[in-house]
Amino acid sequence: MTEIRRLLPETGIMSGPTSVERLTERGFERAMARAMLMTPSDIIAEVSQSGIKGRGGAAFPTGLKWSMVSQAPGAQKYVVMNADESELGTFKDRVLLEQDPLGPLSGLVIAAHAVGARKAFCYIRGEYREVEQVLAAAIETLRRVGLVGPDTVEVEIRRGAGAYIAGEETALFNSIEGMRPEPRVKPPFPTNKGLWGSPTLIQNVETLANVAVLFAHDVEWFKAYGTKDTPGTKLVALSGHIHRPGVYEVPFGTPVADILNAPELGGSVAGTGRLGAVLLGGAAGTFLNAAEVQNTLLDYPSLSKVGASIGSGAMMVFDDTVDLTWVLTKMARFFAEESCGQCVPCRIGTRRILEIAESGNLWSRTQDLRELGQAMRDASICGLGQTAPLALLSALDRPELRHHD
Amino acid sequence: MGTSVTLTIDGEEVSVSQGTTLREACDQVSHSVPTLCWHENLSPANACRACVVELKGSRPLVASCSRIAEDGMEVMTNTERVRNARKVVAELLLSTSDATLAPDLRHLAEESGAQAGRFSGGASWEQPVRVDNELYVRDFSKCILCYRCVEACGTDAQNTFAIAVAGRGFNAHIDAGFGRDLPESDCVYCGNCVAVCPTGALIGKTEWDMRNQDQWDENKISVTETVCSYCGVGCELQLHVMDNKIVKVTSPMDHPITHGMLCVKGRYGYEFVQSEDGLASNS
Ligand SMILES: Cc1cc2nc3c(=O)[nH]c(=O)nc-3n(C[C@H](O)[C@H](O)[C@H](O)COP(=O)(O)O)c2cc1C
Ligand code: SF4
Ligand code: SF4
Ligand code: SF4
Repeated sequence: MTEIRRLLPETGIMSGPTSVERLTERGFERAMARAMLMTPSDIIAEVSQSGIKGRGGAAFPTGLKWSMVSQAPGAQKYVVMNADESELGTFKDRVLLEQDPLGPLSGLVIAAHAVGARKAFCYIRGEYREVEQVLAAAIETLRRVGLVGPDTVEVEIRRGAGAYIAGEETALFNSIEGMRPEPRVKPPFPTNKGLWGSPTLIQNVETLANVAVLFAHDVEWFKAYGTKDTPGTKLVALSGHIHRPGVYEVPFGTPVADILNAPELGGSVAGTGRLGAVLLGGAAGTFLNAAEVQNTLLDYPSLSKVGASIGSGAMMVFDDTVDLTWVLTKMARFFAEESCGQCVPCRIGTRRILEIAESGNLWSRTQDLRELGQAMRDASICGLGQTAPLALLSALDRPELRHHD
Repeated sequence: MGTSVTLTIDGEEVSVSQGTTLREACDQVSHSVPTLCWHENLSPANACRACVVELKGSRPLVASCSRIAEDGMEVMTNTERVRNARKVVAELLLSTSDATLAPDLRHLAEESGAQAGRFSGGASWEQPVRVDNELYVRDFSKCILCYRCVEACGTDAQNTFAIAVAGRGFNAHIDAGFGRDLPESDCVYCGNCVAVCPTGALIGKTEWDMRNQDQWDENKISVTETVCSYCGVGCELQLHVMDNKIVKVTSPMDHPITHGMLCVKGRYGYEFVQSEDGLASNS
């Protein structure tokens, strides 16, 4: 089990992350040149064939999204790189942008060409000041070689102000437009009405990096790793009780246990060395117990059997001494603080979950919590409120994770 | 016609014209859905989530106030999940807000079988009343953050933009800018926010005072219609009169000119009619 490096640059690469040489060395120059000679519909067909799915959490088929934006009526179109990265335990976009910003940017330029956009935004998490400078330097490099500019696509950086909700695509549009980052109701979807009401393609940083490496090579190369259902590789961010925390690139279909234990990857569980639980997908994700970790692969069909998904690729590892009540309380506080407050189930529901957790009633008021959680999943406007109770519900379903002390 | 769409609601087929919302379509077959934030003359805020219905093919429930009907949709208005969502919405709102002057919320609570105290006992929205002007009072302990006032003050009617939602999560609240009192704000006292507020969180000062003194009696109020005499627009006024005194002025929500919205003169200028040293004594 060795770590793969396709999205991440080879270790020991000599060129600077924002240099023109890097463009050549990583094949991004070739990728853009190849794409610029293709018709938009050929580009979109290739993205569809590659099987790339969105890496921001929802795993929506990327090619399909591109064709929707490309076919949406409207003279003005936008593309957006979502670099807001605020999900708990998630730091893979930061690593990508620090180590290889020209990858996601090349993907952005290709995307703009494919959907007919002349204007692109990179929306970056406000706390990522240093990353933002790297990104700005990379945009300058592309401008110098003529791939960014008035004749191709203008790229502008917009900085968030610290709200998790601003990473939700429609809240992000409101933020760029200068309004409160409150999610909009869908439909209409961004593909038809996004920024300033125009068709907008929004993709996660990692998704765009996948596009860049795809066009630097071809579909066959791209599909050499991964599963039939989900070709390619995924960045995972390991944190918590793990010997080698950090970001690793692994093929889809890798056993979850290998990600934790392989010497080149997680290097095994730290703390007591005995696994208690893994929180997969960040605060919006779900808990897996030790047995489930043993029996699942990093792929959507395998994980859906235990009610889980990959989400952002965050994996928080807890040894068998960690009191999940404490973890759930922290997560409840996160959601109560990050809810935008727009809709009732989330605005009040997140607060009530926090209060129930703080008063020590998490495991006794299960019926109330299940009904509240179901109402939040069903009736909240956006993904924040819809996923806020997921980890809690997954813990209620796994009573063995609870510490009786 | 040509532009009609056919869908099923609780198994019943219904054809509606294009652009009809699911809420309207449900009304047409008498399977009405409850609403709190929706208002006939305002854009849907989608905030209360009381109107959610189950839509085949959609994982979450959808807000029927804003979702447009499409051909072939299968909508269910009374499933287990729908009932649970409505009930929890009512319970959550009752746990934060004083519903004494919120008939719609109380009705929802009753219909959905809400257990009033289930989620109570934690933080609530109880806060001091803000009486900072002579025309209307802000009692945000009653607010359910339905956004109606913000919309009425904004592009839906008044275009003054004096108020907005500030803060986030549980601390989100209606604000006239930096927590200011109304006289320091951009408010022009049209009272349109008061007219659409479904909870009494915004309430005329006269009504507020009378209620506090136990003098407000709906049974003794009669409504007289007239046309505002201040300017030539022709706004229809409904004078709410109790014991020969005007205690409130509104305009019908379905009036073609006002759509229920007035300006400060029409809404609050009634004081001059009944002032002790009014016109009569001048002649
Ligand atoms: C509360 C919330 C926060 C989100 N934050 C991010 C984020 O930081 N970065 C991101 O790429 N997507 C985030 N998303 C998902 C986006 O809405 C959107 O689905 C994604 O950017 C689409 O890109 P993709 O198809 O490439 O994944 C968030 C969603 C929600 C509901
Ligand atoms: S679910 Fe939460 S974050 Fe999303 S719109 Fe509703 S209140 Fe805001
Ligand atoms: S009275 Fe009129 S101007 Fe003042 S806040 Fe209400 S709607 Fe806005
Ligand atoms: S003050 Fe009234 S109209 Fe405004 S949000 Fe609160 S309940 Fe709604």
